Amino acid sequence: MEMNEKAILQFVDLDISFRTNAGVVHAIRGVNLDLQKGETVAIVGESGSGKSVTVKAAVGLLDGNATINSGQILYRLREDDGSERVVDLLALSKRELRRTINGRRIAMVFQDPMTSLDPTMTIGKQIMEGILLHKKVDKATAYARALELLELVGITHAEKRMKNYPHQLSGGMRQRVVIAIALASDPDILICDEPTTALDVTIQARILELIKDIQSRMGLSVIYITHDLGVVAKVADYVNVMYAGRIIEVGNVNEIFYEPKHPYTWGLLAAMPDLETDDDRLASIPGSPPNLLHEPVGDAFAPRNAYALKIDEKAEPPMFKVSETHYAATWLLHPSAPAVEMPPELKARLERARKEAEKYL
Amino acid sequence: MSEPLLQVRDLTQHFRVSRTFTVKAVNGVSFDIYPGETYGLVGESGSGKTTIGRSIIRLYDPTSGSIKFEGKEIAGKLDRATEKMLREDMQMIFQDPMSSLNPRKKVGDIIGEGLDIHHRFSSTAERDAAVAEMLDKVGLSQAHAERYPHQFSGGQRQRVGIARALVMNPKLIIADECISALDVSIQAQVVNLMKDIQDSTGCAYLFIAHDLSMVKYISDRIGVLHLGYMVETGTTEEIFANPVHPYTKSLLSAVPIPNPEIEKRRHSIAYDRKAEGVDYSQGTEHQLEGTHRVLATDEELARWTA
Repeated sequence: MEMNEKAILQFVDLDISFRTNAGVVHAIRGVNLDLQKGETVAIVGESGSGKSVTVKAAVGLLDGNATINSGQILYRLREDDGSERVVDLLALSKRELRRTINGRRIAMVFQDPMTSLDPTMTIGKQIMEGILLHKKVDKATAYARALELLELVGITHAEKRMKNYPHQLSGGMRQRVVIAIALASDPDILICDEPTTALDVTIQARILELIKDIQSRMGLSVIYITHDLGVVAKVADYVNVMYAGRIIEVGNVNEIFYEPKHPYTWGLLAAMPDLETDDDRLASIPGSPPNLLHEPVGDAFAPRNAYALKIDEKAEPPMFKVSETHYAATWLLHPSAPAVEMPPELKARLERARKEAEKYL
Repeated sequence: MSEPLLQVRDLTQHFRVSRTFTVKAVNGVSFDIYPGETYGLVGESGSGKTTIGRSIIRLYDPTSGSIKFEGKEIAGKLDRATEKMLREDMQMIFQDPMSSLNPRKKVGDIIGEGLDIHHRFSSTAERDAAVAEMLDKVGLSQAHAERYPHQFSGGQRQRVGIARALVMNPKLIIADECISALDVSIQAQVVNLMKDIQDSTGCAYLFIAHDLSMVKYISDRIGVLHLGYMVETGTTEEIFANPVHPYTKSLLSAVPIPNPEIEKRRHSIAYDRKAEGVDYSQGTEHQLEGTHRVLATDEELARWTA
């Protein structure tokens, strides 16, 4: 199997559909994504764009009505003796996935900490569960490790907290416990699916800083799923913008925030008021995301796109290369496309953002 | 300034859970809303912002304090006429557009329900015309009146919620986290719609949210709540340019900025009430410039403004 040299996890042409009562929903339509060691990749998109489904496929958590039509998810598995081999996670059986990958190599943090914790078990037990399952250690070692983890995620009086039940903790504390559980068996990859959406802004900031700190200490690779561009700016090295089951723009975080090329990315950036926006109206993307029950013809974003060209109605744009790391799927980048500029308000704002950032560059 | 539309004075709302335990959700909160303006209430979950909204619209019976609407006391028992007036002039938009719409009613009937109850029309044709006009106003088509809520997307459902509130031509709309459940691009659509409607009808909003950047964008004045106390209030400029209370500062610093080079270097300011030794019940309201007020003891204020 061919795999990008530096990548630790690689999605290749992933294509997934769901059988529903209403018909077949083609949720993921050819997703390619690389995660390199030690990096943070963010997947941004609206609800229903397929960002959660993509990563759930990697850990075998897809719902029963899902069909994987094609594609591979390659993972560079490092054995305990130090040798490396590449495995296709989609080819593994559920049993193998459970034994060797889930939790142990790839751990996941979900959106709502209340529903991902067991309400009838003390948090100490829940953290030790993973350690005892994946590592051959006795209970005392696991207990010590659990204490260490609780301290790592910034929970004070860890010894006392070990005996608490989830309902005795606040939302932010619970999410810290979930992170501690995810880290319990030293995974290579941490997948965070909207980890802070259910939390308050002040706590969100704290949790994001915590994940960043742990990542640099443990050398984790992180996939971040979010719809909040502010969060992306804080945590990500690379950004993938997803729309209607495809990645429509990818680049490093500066390229996406300072020189976005896809009209949808423009729309997302413009729709978010920053604290300096004084314009009378917010720029909004008209309409709503397409229903993937009906296979879109041409570019799925065309009906909402003020800059749509004639060809958008006929053919889906390929990824055009902007720089070594920056690609966007819009016909506007085709050599024979008319020169189109982003909306002037957004341009002014990005200009301002770049100026502010230059102080640090 | 003109007479305030809504005057809240020392509003206290306690919930007795058991003989020994009372939740003190709101403790002595005061603020005014003037006609045609937007007042934003921000704070973390559990700060009492939703409770205030619900007390104002009389879903709760306040423990103490006064709420005046157009100069009339509306806390406690009311005569029929005042109650009727309130039910027409004050409306609410809820957070979750799915659970706040009756799934067994057509959208046209949901919007028209208020008109039916208050007999605001002389013929069915007139009522249907009013509903159709309202649908138009919120960017839905008239054909949508015949559909049920489940046939709409989240953003469209929230428009139905807005249409239902607006059809009575209210003077005050309480919007409780009405955009939190929507996607970013749809949030912008709904906020623009709310602004347009305010421009054309002159209604006032009490905008309750936890997303500070949206609140800043839509509000004329802001109140910051923490643990049931209004810790700071003032015009949007006053609060954002010169936050005084450490909780406000911490809240402002936590809003992520969509600018990676800056955001990556920035750290949020933590606020620990106990470590700072702040006891809200000891504080009194201090007037700073204009309408800017902050809850503090003299000693705290001196420390914070130093």
